[in-house]
Parts: sequence; structure tokens; C-alpha cells
Amino acid sequence: MELFTEGDPIADTKAPAGPVEKRWETRRFEAKLVNPANRRKMTVIVVGTGLAGGSAAATLAEQGYHVKSYCYQDSPRRAHSIAAQGGINAAKNYRNDGDSVHRLFYDTVKGGDFRSRESNVHRLAEVSVNIIDQCVAQGVPFAREYGGLLDTRSFGGAQVQRTFYARGQTGQQLLLGAYQALERQIGLGNVEMNARHEMLELVLVDGRARGIVVRDLVTGEISTEMADAVVLASGGYGNVFYLSTNAKGCNVTATWRAHRKGAYFANPCYTQIHPTCIPVSGDHQSKLTLMSESLRNDGRVWVPKTKGDDRSPKDIGEDERDYYLERIYPSFGNLVPRDIASRAAKNVCDEGRGVGPTKLGVYLDFADAIGRLGRKAIEAKYGNLFEMYERITGEDPYEVPMRIYPAVHYTMGGLWVDYDLQSNIPGLFVIGEANFSDHGANRLGASALMQGLADGYFVLPTTIANYLASGPLEKVDASHPAAVEARTDVEDRVQRLLAVDGDRTVDSFHRELGQIMWEHCGMERSEAGLRKAIDEIRALREQFWQRVKVSGTGEELNQSLEKAGRVADFFELAELMCIDALHREESCGGHFRAEHQTPDGEAQRDDDRFAYVAAWEFTADGGPSVLHKEDLKFEYVHPTQRSYK
Amino acid sequence: MNLTLRIWRQKGPEDKGRMVTYPVDDVSPDMSFLEMLDVLNERLILAGDDPVAFDHDCREGICGMCGLMINGDAHGPQRGTTACQLHMRQFKDGETIDIEPWRASAFPVVKDLVVNRSAFDRIIAAGGYVTAPTGSAPEAHSTPVAKANADAAFESAACIGCGACVAACPNGSGMLFTAAKLTQLSLLPQGQPERYTRVIGMVDAHDEAGFGGCTNAGECTPACPKGIPLNTIGRLNRDYLAATAKGANNTPGS
Ligand SMILES: Cc1cc2nc3c(=O)[nH]c(=O)nc-3n(C[C@H](O)[C@H](O)[C@H](O)COP(=O)(O)OP(=O)(O)OC[C@H]3O[C@@H](n4cnc5c(N)ncnc54)[C@H](O)[C@@H]3O)c2cc1C
Ligand code: SF4
Ligand code: FES
Repeated sequence: MELFTEGDPIADTKAPAGPVEKRWETRRFEAKLVNPANRRKMTVIVVGTGLAGGSAAATLAEQGYHVKSYCYQDSPRRAHSIAAQGGINAAKNYRNDGDSVHRLFYDTVKGGDFRSRESNVHRLAEVSVNIIDQCVAQGVPFAREYGGLLDTRSFGGAQVQRTFYARGQTGQQLLLGAYQALERQIGLGNVEMNARHEMLELVLVDGRARGIVVRDLVTGEISTEMADAVVLASGGYGNVFYLSTNAKGCNVTATWRAHRKGAYFANPCYTQIHPTCIPVSGDHQSKLTLMSESLRNDGRVWVPKTKGDDRSPKDIGEDERDYYLERIYPSFGNLVPRDIASRAAKNVCDEGRGVGPTKLGVYLDFADAIGRLGRKAIEAKYGNLFEMYERITGEDPYEVPMRIYPAVHYTMGGLWVDYDLQSNIPGLFVIGEANFSDHGANRLGASALMQGLADGYFVLPTTIANYLASGPLEKVDASHPAAVEARTDVEDRVQRLLAVDGDRTVDSFHRELGQIMWEHCGMERSEAGLRKAIDEIRALREQFWQRVKVSGTGEELNQSLEKAGRVADFFELAELMCIDALHREESCGGHFRAEHQTPDGEAQRDDDRFAYVAAWEFTADGGPSVLHKEDLKFEYVHPTQRSYK
Repeated sequence: MNLTLRIWRQKGPEDKGRMVTYPVDDVSPDMSFLEMLDVLNERLILAGDDPVAFDHDCREGICGMCGLMINGDAHGPQRGTTACQLHMRQFKDGETIDIEPWRASAFPVVKDLVVNRSAFDRIIAAGGYVTAPTGSAPEAHSTPVAKANADAAFESAACIGCGACVAACPNGSGMLFTAAKLTQLSLLPQGQPERYTRVIGMVDAHDEAGFGGCTNAGECTPACPKGIPLNTIGRLNRDYLAATAKGANNTPGS
């Protein structure tokens, strides 16, 4: 059977015409406005309270809309954005080091390996400067210099220092800023907050997104919530690999359910494997911990020159070490983009030069930096990361070099959205990591926080107004047949999962799925491997529905049921990721096809055939997905072979 | 390692609850505490028993979702460490470990080790913010902040809202949590306009939520995984006094 068919191309992304630096201004001017008196009568559902959803919900409420907000954690403050460590980019050029909106735009398009939309990326770069202002006004305690002004540092893929940070807890501080703004609106009665609620279905009425079905994770009650528009800000799907740096609860359910209802899923195979994570220590491993990319500012990456060198790192002399990133990429050195650093680590380990008990590790060494700057300076910059490393591994990185290895970290793919961040379903908006829009085939460090806040504070509130202004929509409530049907579907699904009553746990299936994905759809992909993976995923999915064991009932707090629903959706997504990876017969950014590399082993793009966004349409369970292509045009940043040498 | 766990099991808010003993074998010292509980739960599920419910998400000490009393210590024996970051190498082979939920009247038990901490959110909603609607912000560099203040604000802002301070406090007080946010915002120029209404709003919300009063028992800071210092409570008290003297009302934003 065919794996997919091809449908009509996507003709219009709704980006205004004209020079790229004028497009956002044009859009803002042309967007229709909603009269403040009417806003109160309009309800917007926002699923997710991370940087994207939290900032959007707070801003929409400030503007006067009635907002219903959802998250699966016990408090909106715990969204996975809280874990972001390193920093947030902005084109402030406070360093006077040649940065500008245009340079951030350029770096991001290039960093994404020419697979993102110029219009969106330019807007992101423009808005970046407002984000820093907004966060400072909220009391976000960014790192500062002695003069009292904001400090910045460099991140991978850039030669300027444009990354703002709050020690190693930037995501936490930015999220708490958004959370506090959100709590203010909750206190004022403008936002109805529903923590410990999981969205399990999207409700469409007359082709428009009008509501969601949620399960109260404490009581198990399933209910339908209706609104004038729905915003998904539910984060990324890296947990399809089981082991990743994402929080345990991160899932694809919200976006996948929308996909099944007709929303296109774009570039699902674009995943980011982060080069600096703590290596796996055993079968019990439940997640992987990131060591922020900022460490590569001062840490030097190396492995022994000879294979199988088992000596302790301090016994390996300078001339016996291979600082391979500095050797291969002299101009960017340890600060090459993530995809490149990850693959280089894999290559040296594949050569047999990996370190640590599993040999799947490379050193990240701070000895030089400590010598040059002193231990105190290093402690001030990275203290919490060093402590975290020691707690997990039992080794002191001030004394022994860290051991790191790549791990799944971020997903560039997501629901397809137009320039307004609206999916192909009217009234369904998608923001933050959940959409596909700005990072192409590879995201640069410190750009996800920037995108989440750009979407939530500035872009969505403008573009959603344009949609709402075309209303008012017909009033609908939970008794509408479409709403009843969606709720019944959810109830049936919950019962089906409970009814299997097999002999394998959800985690055991999830782990096995993750292994298939890591093996065949991870850092390196090949046609044979992907075909094998598709067969294996299908077989395992069948097993899942016959053998999974979910304990308890649907009418209580039931964590094994929550996991089962998420893993069931991961199974479907995993297959689409492999199909997307298989159809893209080129290498670009995080998508590396073994068959498509340059003579020196770098990603070999094929712009003639693949300079497009692959937006997939769901047809039916087991049916072939339909591919819609959105051609990418590069008018300002001319595609070249990325070089960081 | 082989361990004996004694875990608090409680079906729901109405259930009385009790300690149940579970032996667990083959624990690796490299496992985290929560991974050890995962192993137990996998076994319970296959045996047809109800797995132990516990909250967690990031598993890297930052989301504040996990929270367990381990042998009577909030987050367990290692200082400055959340339960998810605690590793089994901190325990001895053959040890018996008691695992209980946070116990505080403001944090009712939902199930097993899961408690309801929404009272913390209500404290923040009552003033734990700077009123700065999106779009209204001035250029970031228009207000420099002395590095020492920025650093100290950051130290307090590091609170993860886990509730260990409340669980450790003999009075079940949430003062350390409240004081951490107040200290952060009162050290920054952006936090000044609402400084006194904020403290009244947050302290009132704290008291209404059923937290106990602070009697300077000092149990909170040692239990706090982020080392929020006790002197933040002193700052809170000073601001509270100043605010009541000024007669500030608790209308946020006024
Ligand atoms: C360890 C780590 C470090 C990182 N460091 C950086 C960094 O330094 N700089 C940078 O720019 N980026 C970084 N990133 C990436 C960045 O943190 C994320 O991409 C970004 O925070 C995602 O934000 P978000 O708002 O889109 O989603 P999230 O923060 O993931 O929020 C998702 C929200 O959706 C809710 N949700 C999900 N599914 C459902 C459902 N079905 N029903 C109801 N609610 C649901 C969740 O409860 C949550 O509130 C890092 C990522 C990781 C994992
Ligand atoms: S003050 Fe410390 S113990 Fe209390 S909630 Fe904050 S981080 Fe947790
Ligand atoms: S699980 Fe996030 S702090 Fe422990």
C-alpha cells in the first residue's frame, strides 16, 4: 500500500506582500479590530500555560476577552517552559557588536537550514526587542552588569552576543513573569483557570474550531468547553522518543487530536537532538537532563585521539586529545549549531572514541576556563548546572570533565499555521513549540523562548482579533450535536483503553516505541531504516491495543490512564514522522539522511526538490496521509550550503 | 540495593489513609528516587494493584511539581535537592524508607502522595506580580538596576513553588514562599509602585488560604530545595508593618 498521496499545494500563507521588513506593520494595520465592548462577550480557549499559552492568555484577558485556560499540571506555573535554562535571543544590539533585526533574521533562516518562512522569521526578529522590554517591566530578574544594564552572552549559530539570561534558569524566570501576569487576570476574574485538565478532543462546528473536550484529571469527569476560538499552546512532542529532555507529561495529544480533525501537521520529522545532555545511566532511565548550551561558551568538547582509550581524562595529555569541534569548525568551534555538534559527537562515538561506561559520551571540559577566569567566575555563571550534574552523576565537574551525549530536545515540526498563526481550520490558532512556523529544520539556541513569547504576547493577540472581528459567531453550547459526538468519542476511547486489561504496562510500550524512533528516526535516518521502523511501529501499535494494562477506572485520578492516552497518540504520530522523514530525500538541519551528505559528511540539501514545507493531512485510521506542499521562497537570504567552518 | 518502602496510601480526600509496606529489590544507586517509585509502580500495575500516585513533571528540580516527605524530611535527606533529583546513592542497602505526602491544612491530600497546592496560586493572584500590561513597557535599558539588587532579586525568584517550606513548618505556614516573591519584587525598581499593596494582598491571601502563622521556627529554609533565605521573611514583616502604618489598602494596582 502507498504510504501517502499528494494533494493540492498550499497556495497562500496570508503573509502581506511588499518588503519583508514592512510586512508585519502592514498586517497589523490591515487586521480588523474588535470593539472593546464586544470583547467581553467573546471567549477564547487557550490550551497550555507555557511561555506561549501563558503570555497569550494574560494578554488576551488584558485586552478584554474572556479566556479559559488549561494545563495538565497542578498549576500553570509548572509548564515545561520552566525548565529552559540558557537564555532568550533579542536583537537589541546592546553590545554594539554588529547585531540587528536583519542579522537575527539572517542567522535564524540560515540556522534553520533554509526550511523556514522568511516573513515569519523576520517578524520574530522584529518583535524580539519588545519581549525584553516587556519582561523587564514585569520584574524578570535578568543577569546584569555592574553598571546596572542587562548582560548578554553568545549561543550556538551566532557570532554576536544577543542572548539575555537569568543564570541557568531563564525559562523559569520568563515563565514566572507570564504566570504572574496570568494570575493577575485570574484574580481579576478575566481568566478561568483549569489546572489538572487535559484536552482530549477538538470540537468543530460548521468547519470552525469552537471548543474542546477535556478530562478533569482529579475526578475523571469529561466535559465539553465551547468558545469563539481555540488556541493550542501545548508544546512539543519530543517524548515520542520516550527518553528526551522534555518533562514527563509533555505530549502530542492536543495537536494530534486536532490533526485528526483536519489540521495539517507540518514537517513532523524535524526534531532537534541537543548535543549536551547527561548520558543514559541504565535501563531505569526515565528522562534525560540537559546541560545548557551556554556551557559551550566556556567548556571545550573533546574525546581521546585513539580508540578505546580507557584512561581517566586527567591522564590523557593535551596532545592525545581531539578537540574535534575546534578542529573541524575553526570559525565557530565549540559554538556550532546543535545539529552539527550532535552529529559530530555521534561520529566520534561511532568511531569507538566515546568515553564513560557506555562509551556513548564525550567530554565537556572546563579546566581551561577555570584556569583563565577562576572557579568563582565559572560558579557564578553555571553554578546551578554544575550542581545539577553532580547530583545526577555523583561526579564533580569542577574536578572531572563533564560527560555529555546528544538527546532529543525540541521538535521544530508541529501543526501547520499561516502567517496569522492560524491553522487550516478556521478559528484554530497554534502558538509556541506546538506550531511549525519559525525554525525550519533546526532551531537555534535561545530562540524557542523568543518565539513562544513573540507568539503569545505580540503576534496572536493581533491576528486572532482579525478572526474574531468577522463574528459574532452563532452561539453554541455543549448540547450541540458536534460537541456531544466529540465527548462520546473521548468517553469511548477511555473505556477502550481500560478494557484491554492486558499484560504489559504503558511505559514498556513507550520505551520500545522510543527505541525504534531513536534507532531509525533519530540523528541519522536511511530509507531502509525508516521502512523498517514503519513496520515495527505498526506491529507494536497493534500489540498495544491488545496487551496494554491500564489500572484503575476512568472516574478518579489515574496516572496510568493519562499515560496510555498519550502513548496511543504517540504511536500514530511516530508513523507519520517516519513517513515524512522517508519522503524527504535530502538532509537538512536536524533531518540527516545517510544517503544525502556532502563528501565531508555534512547535510546535503536538495533545494530543487525539497524547498517546501511538508504539511500532512489525516485521512482515516490506517489510510495514507495526504501531502500538501507549501513552497518556500527566499528573497532575502540566499540559500547556500551552511558552513560553520 | 534492596529496600523496604512504607508509603502513605489514601484513595481520595475522604479516605482515612494508612501506611502500606512494599519491598523493592534491585534498586540501582544511579536511579533517582522517582525512578525507584516507577519501578515499584510497574510491578503494582502488572500485579493488578493500584500504582502509587505522586506528582512530578520536569524531573530536574525546576517545575516544583514533585514533593514527598521522605523519612520525615521534605524532599529527603540531601540539602538543596528536590525529590526528583535525589538519587538512590544517598540511601543504604537494606534501609526502610517512609514516604508521605506534604501535610498541611492548606494542602489537602488529593490521592496517595498528591496534594492540592492551589493556595499558592491564590497568593500570587492577590498581588505577586508587577502590573505591566503587554505593550506598555518602556525600553529595557531605561531603568538600570544595581547588580547586587538584581542578583538578590534573582536569589528569591528562584523559588519553585514546591511547598516543602510549608510541609516542614510546624505551623504549616507559607511565609517563606510568600516572602520569596515579595523580596524579589521589592528589590527591583519595577516593583516599587505596588510594593505596599502587594504585601497586604499576599499576606491576607496567605492567611485566608488556611496557612499557619510564622513563629520563626526556622524549619523552612533548611527544607527549601532552592535555599530561599529566612531573612526574606524579615523583609516581608518590615514591609507589612510599613504598609499597615501607611494604611495601604489591598486593592491590587492601586
Ligand atoms: C531542558 C530544556 C531547556 C531548554 N532551554 C531553552 C533555552 O535556553 N532557550 C530557548 O529558547 N529554549 C529552550 N528550550 C525550549 C523551550 O523551553 C520550549 O520550546 C518552550 O518553552 C516551549 O514553550 P511552549 O509554551 O510552546 O510549551 P510548554 O512550555 O511545553 O507548555 C505546554 C503547556 O501545554 C499544556 N498541555 C500540553 N498538552 C496538554 C493537553 N493535552 N491538555 C491540556 N494542557 C496541555 C501543558 O500543561 C503546558 O502548560 C528548552 C527546552 C528544554 C526541554
Ligand atoms: S520557598 Fe523553597 S520550599 Fe518554599 S515553595 Fe519556594 S522553593 Fe519550595
Ligand atoms: S519533578 Fe519538577 S521539580 Fe521535581
